[in-house]
Amino acid sequence: MLSRVAESLYWMSRYLERAEHTARLVDLNLNLMLDQSPAPGDRRWQRLLTALMVTQPPDAKEDAYNVAQTLTFDLSNRSSIVAYMTAARENARQVREQISSEMWEELNQLFLQIKRAGIENTWQAQPHHFFRGVKDGAHLFQGITDSTLSHSEGWHFIQVGRFLERVGATAALLDAHVSELIEDTGVAVKGDYLEMVGLLKSCSAFEAYCKVYTADLSPERIAEFLLLNSEFPRSVRFAAEMIQSALNAIAETSATRKTCRANRLAGRLRASLSFSQIDEIMGSGLHSYLADIQRQCAQIHTAIYHQYVAYPIESALAS
Amino acid sequence: MTSLDTNTARAFDPPFTNYQLDAAYDEMFEPSGQPRASYQGLHQRLAEMPPEELRRRQQAADLSFLHQGVTFTVYGREEGTERIFPYDLLPRIITSSEWATIERGLTQRITALNLFLRDLYHEGKILNDRVIPREMIYTCHHYRREMRGLNVPRDIYISVVGTDLVRLEDGRFAVLEDNLRVPSGVSYMLANRQVIKRVFPTMFSDYGVRPIDHYGQALLATLRALAPLRADPTIVLLTPGPYNSAYFEHTFLARQMGIELVEGRDLLVHDNVVYMRTTGGLRRVDVIYRRIDDDFLDPLVFRSDTSLGVTGLFNAYRAGNVALANAIGTGIADDKALYAYVPAIIRYYLDEEAILPNVETYLLSDESQRSYVLDHLDELVVKAVGESGGYGMLIGPHSTAAEREQFRRQILADPRNYIAQPTLALSRAPCFIDGQVESRHVDLRPYILYGERVVIVPGGLTRVALRRGSLVVNSSQGGGSKDTWVLF
Repeated sequence: MLSRVAESLYWMSRYLERAEHTARLVDLNLNLMLDQSPAPGDRRWQRLLTALMVTQPPDAKEDAYNVAQTLTFDLSNRSSIVAYMTAARENARQVREQISSEMWEELNQLFLQIKRAGIENTWQAQPHHFFRGVKDGAHLFQGITDSTLSHSEGWHFIQVGRFLERVGATAALLDAHVSELIEDTGVAVKGDYLEMVGLLKSCSAFEAYCKVYTADLSPERIAEFLLLNSEFPRSVRFAAEMIQSALNAIAETSATRKTCRANRLAGRLRASLSFSQIDEIMGSGLHSYLADIQRQCAQIHTAIYHQYVAYPIESALAS
Repeated sequence: MTSLDTNTARAFDPPFTNYQLDAAYDEMFEPSGQPRASYQGLHQRLAEMPPEELRRRQQAADLSFLHQGVTFTVYGREEGTERIFPYDLLPRIITSSEWATIERGLTQRITALNLFLRDLYHEGKILNDRVIPREMIYTCHHYRREMRGLNVPRDIYISVVGTDLVRLEDGRFAVLEDNLRVPSGVSYMLANRQVIKRVFPTMFSDYGVRPIDHYGQALLATLRALAPLRADPTIVLLTPGPYNSAYFEHTFLARQMGIELVEGRDLLVHDNVVYMRTTGGLRRVDVIYRRIDDDFLDPLVFRSDTSLGVTGLFNAYRAGNVALANAIGTGIADDKALYAYVPAIIRYYLDEEAILPNVETYLLSDESQRSYVLDHLDELVVKAVGESGGYGMLIGPHSTAAEREQFRRQILADPRNYIAQPTLALSRAPCFIDGQVESRHVDLRPYILYGERVVIVPGGLTRVALRRGSLVVNSSQGGGSKDTWVLF
């Protein structure tokens, strides 16, 4: 597979994951707003902007719909859904012949659907309906990808992109809620019920959580579920396992040794999540643990680039 | 053509109310107003089908193009640069005997032009025999000195050709232009076919249309023929990238053939061998189907201000380590001034008369022809020899005095750079326009492949000048396309 193609597939997938994540969070916050007085509102929007790692944040004190509008339709804002979708589509367009026609058509349709909603500006009447459409489109695209594209090297790069993005996004989301989950002393606080539901729903995790722990919500358990659960697809551990297995598959098909740096880093991340205990994590500081996960994600990204995309020619000719 | 007035006066029934017949050959109707035998099925279908139904199908077709992303890029605009190529619903029909002539004519023409290129870049016999004046060659911008004495695989210079044909008033097909460099549009031919099969399934099967879907396979075989010595050659398609107007086509073809679509930055040359950069390391490349002009191929040899190509590619080519399709320097043979000599070229190499005639052409480097043209600028079409895509053209009857004056000055400044042709009444075919069936000017571009032998897929791209009365069919100038049915 061409290095450039691998790179585009990887970014296509990352951007789409980001778009879906943003849609889910904005939708949820608009929904939570209905249950709350406006006073804690802008704090929640501020937290949302932190969770999304928005690079050009709009003023959180603005009207919620304006913030949502910026995060969704503002093409000049690099952290908006429409900007992510443009980037995802542009990457897909670069590798139009490598993905299936069905994938391209779905991505293209989703992109046009979002653009159209932005132009017609009717989304505010039924925001949930609109964001639901975005999420559905993204999920449909992933389903189409899984069932129409050969699960060969390219598909594995798509997996790596999606799950690497997911690890980072979930970690950032948890981090934005840290202050509500634990006190500075490291002891879990009795959090606000609605906020905790909100956090779980931000990861579509409410129902899955209840199946494991019942509807009895506690900050520690929420952190445990979102970080260490091995079965829930948005948990950090699950995503880390997917990254590792995709990187192993890539190493196999491209005849790279599995001991290369990217694979070792991914293995280390997975192992640390597999063997950690939540009380230890909370004890030694959830924030620093999450920051460390982010750092490891960045290292994996760099290692993938060195191994598959931007390698020096001399070493390739020598081998 | 006798009763011109009665024809135009003749009232057609809906949906043909606005249909116009005149001196131009009409693809659908006889001069008497009767539909031609090959068009009877379509004519009847149109008469029966409610306009609403037609409109609905046109919309379905448009949507399908948009969703498939069958687009081309218009240069020089910030937004909305990606457009769908306007598509007309009604097929253009060519009978099997008409096609037989086209096929023989094109095979003859391509064979001769290929022999010409071989000769030109080696012994130059045709120049020594004074069939073509030397200055005609050496003044051409597309002549590549670097290709002198260089042997290309199987002596095939032009693997992929798209020749523009027009139908004259008497119904004969004539060649308007040879495209021997990087002809485009074949993906629209294939996409149009896919769409029409969805839109008119029963009519399509009733008609007995010859298939074109094997084009990808045929192209791959043609490219493979360029690497006869390599057991399992690696073939790639080299594209300038997503911002090129034909990018959709590049992706489409790479996919149809199952080969890698590469950009210049994916390739590198080491020790005169071309490699591509893959996730598994570097991989050797044997054949490059390049969709980049000569000028941009190798900054060491051609234009140095570009990064689209591959540094060192020409040396690898000269060393015989990589094949290019088409070869470098083929543009000399589709120079618009050299076009006038093609019948002589056919005679010289094959000892045959051209089966498909040329359009009468005035060479402005010739003094007597030039003075005739300058006196008749308002009747003629003047073209710059190196331009394509409908740019750099003067259409006499549709021009203003100021435009003519400007061309007069340009011609006098550089006569070799221009040719003139009579304004042709291109044939017209029925098109679906605003709920009505109207006639519009069309041409035809069949695609010719030259590998182990010449292969022409039965069909081609019929381009339509969608604006009423317009004679320009280029997509960049408001043209569209329709499916072309060659019958069994």
